[in-house]
Amino acid sequence: MAYLSYKGVGISAMAAAVPRTVINNYEYTQFFPKEEVKDVVDKIGVFERRFTDADTCSSDLCFAAAEKLIADNNIDRSEIDLLVFISQTPDYRMPATSVILQHRLGLSNSTIAFDINLGCSAFIYGMTVVYAMMHQSGLRKALILDGETRSKVYSAKDRRTAFIFGDAGVAALVERDEKFGESTFSLNSDGSRENLIKINAGGYRNPSTPETLQEKVVDEYGNIRSEEHGYMNGGDVFTFVNREVPRDIKNMLEYTQRDKDSFDYLVFHQANNFINTHVAKKLKLDTSKIPSTIEKYGNTSSVSVPLTIVSELKDKMAGEKSLLLSAFGVGMTWATAVVPFVDLKISEIVEV
Amino acid sequence: MEKEFIAKLKEILEIEDRELNLSDEFRTYEEWNSLAYLSVIALFDEEYDIQIEEVEFKKLRTVGDLIAAAQNK
Repeated sequence: MAYLSYKGVGISAMAAAVPRTVINNYEYTQFFPKEEVKDVVDKIGVFERRFTDADTCSSDLCFAAAEKLIADNNIDRSEIDLLVFISQTPDYRMPATSVILQHRLGLSNSTIAFDINLGCSAFIYGMTVVYAMMHQSGLRKALILDGETRSKVYSAKDRRTAFIFGDAGVAALVERDEKFGESTFSLNSDGSRENLIKINAGGYRNPSTPETLQEKVVDEYGNIRSEEHGYMNGGDVFTFVNREVPRDIKNMLEYTQRDKDSFDYLVFHQANNFINTHVAKKLKLDTSKIPSTIEKYGNTSSVSVPLTIVSELKDKMAGEKSLLLSAFGVGMTWATAVVPFVDLKISEIVEV
Repeated sequence: MEKEFIAKLKEILEIEDRELNLSDEFRTYEEWNSLAYLSVIALFDEEYDIQIEEVEFKKLRTVGDLIAAAQNK
């Protein structure tokens, strides 16, 4: 078991953008009967989420969040030396969306820019990559831009995924400063579970064809999707999470010699309320310290951890705060982090 | 254990008007659906510390099978 630790690097400011279109899940009934929808929605606890229109991408949400971050914090664009874009819904298969954002944000050509494609735990993974680069001398400021438009990934006719996912983008400013104490990360992967959450076709293993775009009934419940829609085996994801996530958190607490009640906040990936409630109960966590956005933004994949910080912890992060972050998802990958924040500046959420 | 499990299963399925038998094939219950499945695997985890995957769960047919699986540490 490996742990990554950094000192003197941290996130100093954050902003987020969400689409203005609100989906009321109880009324998302074009393909399923209202009573059935109500049972599903009550179970997963996603009452609203946001959907982009056809012309808006993850990068547009991140661009809006980044502009807000830069304006609110008077950031000198010429000091941004690193831009990492985290997403599984990029603009194109190539070039990397980070590079397009470098130009669009008016950053210099000496900016280091690349994408990270990983899924729900990617923000925590991305933090370690950016912290590592910032830990070296040379770079002044870094931007983590993390956006997802999961509304475009899943079939509205597949009840296993139709009611869970939403769209959002965040921007985080990473700086080197003595004021930041130690951050510790545990990152994990299990590729034997690649089939639990997947888009089977449209890559290079199973290239896009007219057949892969064809919608069809896929199971005994009559769920309908194509091979280019995402699918999820929710039951086995639940079982997997119950086995791995509490263990990773317990090991992290032991390694960092911290008590579960010693954190100011514990921020979890907003998978769905059923999983999150179960994990919190299993670990006997103080739920008053667990902010939640699942009810209003749904599962926004890698964006959900930072979005929950921006949405729920604004005006609560003055001074030094210690947070535990936990995320899991497609891969499977899962990650736990113990992170200090010092006077974190949080902007108002922008609607796009 | 048996009584306790059946009481919890009835609660999950919201069955109040009848008793369940060990030989019942639970998938034939009108109240059984994919959400009930999630609640049952959550029960396995929470009460019996058993994490059961779908491929294993599909082999269970009766209420008695569920109880046996929950006891199988």
